Amino acid sequence: MNPIDSNMLFQIANMKGTPKGAYNIRKDGQLDSRASSKNIEITSKTDKSGIDIRIADNTRGEECHIPVLITQSGLNEMVYNDFFIGENCDVLIVAGCGIHNDGCDTSQHDGVHTFYVGKNSHIRYTEKHYGEGEGTGARIMNPQTVVYLEEGAAIDMETVQIRGVDSTKRYTKIVVGKDGEAVITEKLLTHGTQLAESEMDIVLEGEDSTGRVISRSVAQDDSRQVFYPRMVGENKCFGHVQCDSIIMDSAKIKAIPAITCNHTDAQLIHEAAIGRIAGEQILKLMTLGMTEEEAEEKILNGFLQ
Amino acid sequence: MLEIKHLTYQASDENGVRTDILNDVSLTIEDRKFVVITGPNGGGKTTLAKVIMGLVQPTSGQILLNGTDVTALTITERARLGISYGFQQPPRFKGLRVRDLLELASGSSKLSREECCQYLTRVGLCANDYVDREVDASLSGGEVKRIEIATILARNSDLMIFDEPEAGIDLWSFAKLTDTFRLIHDKRQATLVVISHQERIINLADEIVMVAGGQIVKRGPKDEIFPEILANTASGCSFMNESTLS
Repeated sequence: MNPIDSNMLFQIANMKGTPKGAYNIRKDGQLDSRASSKNIEITSKTDKSGIDIRIADNTRGEECHIPVLITQSGLNEMVYNDFFIGENCDVLIVAGCGIHNDGCDTSQHDGVHTFYVGKNSHIRYTEKHYGEGEGTGARIMNPQTVVYLEEGAAIDMETVQIRGVDSTKRYTKIVVGKDGEAVITEKLLTHGTQLAESEMDIVLEGEDSTGRVISRSVAQDDSRQVFYPRMVGENKCFGHVQCDSIIMDSAKIKAIPAITCNHTDAQLIHEAAIGRIAGEQILKLMTLGMTEEEAEEKILNGFLQ
Repeated sequence: MLEIKHLTYQASDENGVRTDILNDVSLTIEDRKFVVITGPNGGGKTTLAKVIMGLVQPTSGQILLNGTDVTALTITERARLGISYGFQQPPRFKGLRVRDLLELASGSSKLSREECCQYLTRVGLCANDYVDREVDASLSGGEVKRIEIATILARNSDLMIFDEPEAGIDLWSFAKLTDTFRLIHDKRQATLVVISHQERIINLADEIVMVAGGQIVKRGPKDEIFPEILANTASGCSFMNESTLS
């Protein structure tokens, strides 16, 4: 593993050296290294590109890392990863993609992750996107995440993309079963002429299911962002969608949240706010000895932390 | 020592008509004194405090801190020279926690829970309940105000300016706050310039400066000025008489 790979693994998965537990590192369209554990089995798909991850019932406190690296300019891939998670599990799954593009051709990673989460299992799923490189070739990532939560199952999903990715179109769908819970935290910062679109369908299907979407984004320079968080209540349920964006320079942000109740006991709320950094916030931090630039950076970092 | 010399600030309305907010204000505040600035609403108190911090640029006049002319300096430069300012209506920060603000104020990248607790307790807040909370809309106006004052305590600068620290604070926290001011003054820890209308705060002062109509109309030791203020409160208004109150 060269320094570029190591840095990208650190950026997307906080990974230094060989990860703990099961892992699968994909680099430039090929398997780089893999390890299964006693309870987490990773196998290659035979019909298309991607892997199957099977997690045994009652697996608790284990981790699974499946980072993807692209360092070859012009590489374009589509990957399907399926997760079959047993009952009563509590696991951390760390995905993420890093593209290093020093060339002039577009490098693109499209991934579809599908989770089947068994009864009373809880998963934490983090996905970081990171781009770097001096080339003029675009860095594009289009992830799709589809999650089916059985009775009492929960997912705590965090997606992070801070700079570096020229274009992303993200789609997330989560179907929440009885007593299930989905929490999605999205953090995004775009700059330059980057484009980011995030579309979500959260379906609260089971009785007493809950859903929460917390989206925070910053758009700088001439970048554009579009959000379509949609939540549907099909049963007695509670859902909350919160989209907050800071707009700067000549950026454009559009947020189109939608909540649909198909049951009288469905209670859904959405809040969306787009605005610039308040001048008073900058002034306050300047009175604490920070420069205007330091104050702005602190406010943005806090907002996205 | 803080010296304010012939300070004037004019504001223009949308028709270009200029109004004097501050008109030839001169004032000297000795080190480690506790000075209360009081006076009617709209008299220019907050503008005067903001001009000292650099939040408002004066039309003319000079501000000297320990002999250095700071009139042209930025807010940041003045803050680094030892001026701090507690806002009357402090802003909220989505994402920044109470701990983050206290660390920024103190200049320490990592404050212990105990240190945070010290600052928060002095404004009547329990650290365990607040230190990891975001300073966002989930906090009440009074809570944000007390956190604001805690940041000034954490900043620990030589000149602390507070703009109506009592506004929006409940009675119990207010008692704690006055104790804190008294303690700072007793230890001669900082020069305190406090804009206030509260008798309990005014009572702590060495000096009272009365500002009205953009000018200093009265100034002197507390024992001399305070009885005059009390005597003139309300009764000086020619529009008010017994019959209109009945």
